[in-house]
Amino acid sequence: MSQPRPRRPAHPVPIRIMHWIGVYAIGCMMFSGWEIYNASPSLPFLFPRWAGLGGWLGGALAWHLSAMWLLFVDGLAYIAYGIASGHFRRELHPPTPAAVAHDLGAALRLRLPHRAGHYNAVQRLLYAGVILIITLAVATGLAIWKPVQFGWLTGLFGGYPIARGIHLAMMGLIAGFIIIHVTLVAFYPRTLVSMVANTKADPETAP
Amino acid sequence: MTNKPVAVRPSDVKPEFDRMRRRGLLRGGFSLGALTLLTGCDLSTHSGVDAALEAMLRFDDRIQEALFSKSRLAETYPASAITKPFRFNAYYPDWQVRVVDPATWQLGVSGLVQQTKPWTLANLRTLPQQSQITRHICIEGWSQIGQWSGIPLHSFLKRIGADPRAKYVNFTCFDGYSTSIDMPSALQSQTILALDFETKPLTPEWGAPLRLRIPTKLGYKSAKNLQSIAVTNTYPGGYWENQGYDWFAGA
Repeated sequence: MSQPRPRRPAHPVPIRIMHWIGVYAIGCMMFSGWEIYNASPSLPFLFPRWAGLGGWLGGALAWHLSAMWLLFVDGLAYIAYGIASGHFRRELHPPTPAAVAHDLGAALRLRLPHRAGHYNAVQRLLYAGVILIITLAVATGLAIWKPVQFGWLTGLFGGYPIARGIHLAMMGLIAGFIIIHVTLVAFYPRTLVSMVANTKADPETAP
Repeated sequence: MTNKPVAVRPSDVKPEFDRMRRRGLLRGGFSLGALTLLTGCDLSTHSGVDAALEAMLRFDDRIQEALFSKSRLAETYPASAITKPFRFNAYYPDWQVRVVDPATWQLGVSGLVQQTKPWTLANLRTLPQQSQITRHICIEGWSQIGQWSGIPLHSFLKRIGADPRAKYVNFTCFDGYSTSIDMPSALQSQTILALDFETKPLTPEWGAPLRLRIPTKLGYKSAKNLQSIAVTNTYPGGYWENQGYDWFAGA
């Protein structure tokens, strides 16, 4: 009889570090972005003053155009690590619609068991989805920051005003993801612990 | 005995100053900045975070200079795309628009140039003109498409014998505004000294009698109501740039 292999951590150290840097960067981008939006709202609402970062348009832009580098570098490092380590291939391969339907049904009935270090179909859909959405947010951000120098990119998104609209819509989707993500973490508090401290992944098959 | 006039001492205004500061802090106290202990980090103080933000803006300026290419043109549009009505924008409301007599107005020229003789409007009208329909993008996020005609800045700079190796071109306006741009952007073919808006001479609200129109930069670089142009190697800043908008402001 062979000894069971030592279990791998639920989240490798680089993932944990990049996750929390990403949280800070996205927070800076979102709160300063709300302040920038308020300078010339394209929809009939404003974000509350207390939710802005930077105090005024100039301050908010300084935050936005500083934190973007943190988000950019963190995102690149995450994608490089995800590909090189096999994290994407192992944990984030696209789920089948049937698997999503099954796991979503179980999740909505609060009967979806969570196993540390393994992603169910709903998690895979959410995590892969938010990576794509953040990538689009960065790309549209680049398109409205440099509509002349990166004119081809701005053109790809349908021109400056539309790219600006997509940039705002991506913010909305990221905010939606954060609400769902944090709600689910509240249901399974040990997932929060596993994103901070060294926690072993659950065995491959659920007990 | 007469009362000698006394200059205002710092101690005279200190209570008022402190009161304003407290108000500012309180206002910031309810922001998310407060939660992250970054209250008041808005480029108005001299805190470490403000210094870091300013350093990042200078870093962004260097990136923007590197990304800039003189051969890359701002998109141009057909006349049917022109935004109507066109939105007025300045650092003051439209009822404060400054008006000058076009017959006596002159454009001053100074700095690293060979000819410093001022230009009258009639003289400027004799120079070759160029028209453009381009998008004006405001730092606030809104944008509009307009039509401007005037003298390409590169040909004007050549005519006055400006040193093309100089770093900056500075624009001073008679409405108290000012801004400055880098020499490569000044020499880009779409940067013009505009005399006309749509097909008529500029009216005061659109910057009469002469304004800069530079579609490769954000709107606050397209200075209206020009008074003088200076070519220099000393960083000139500008009205908004001195308050914290990024200097390069490239689009």
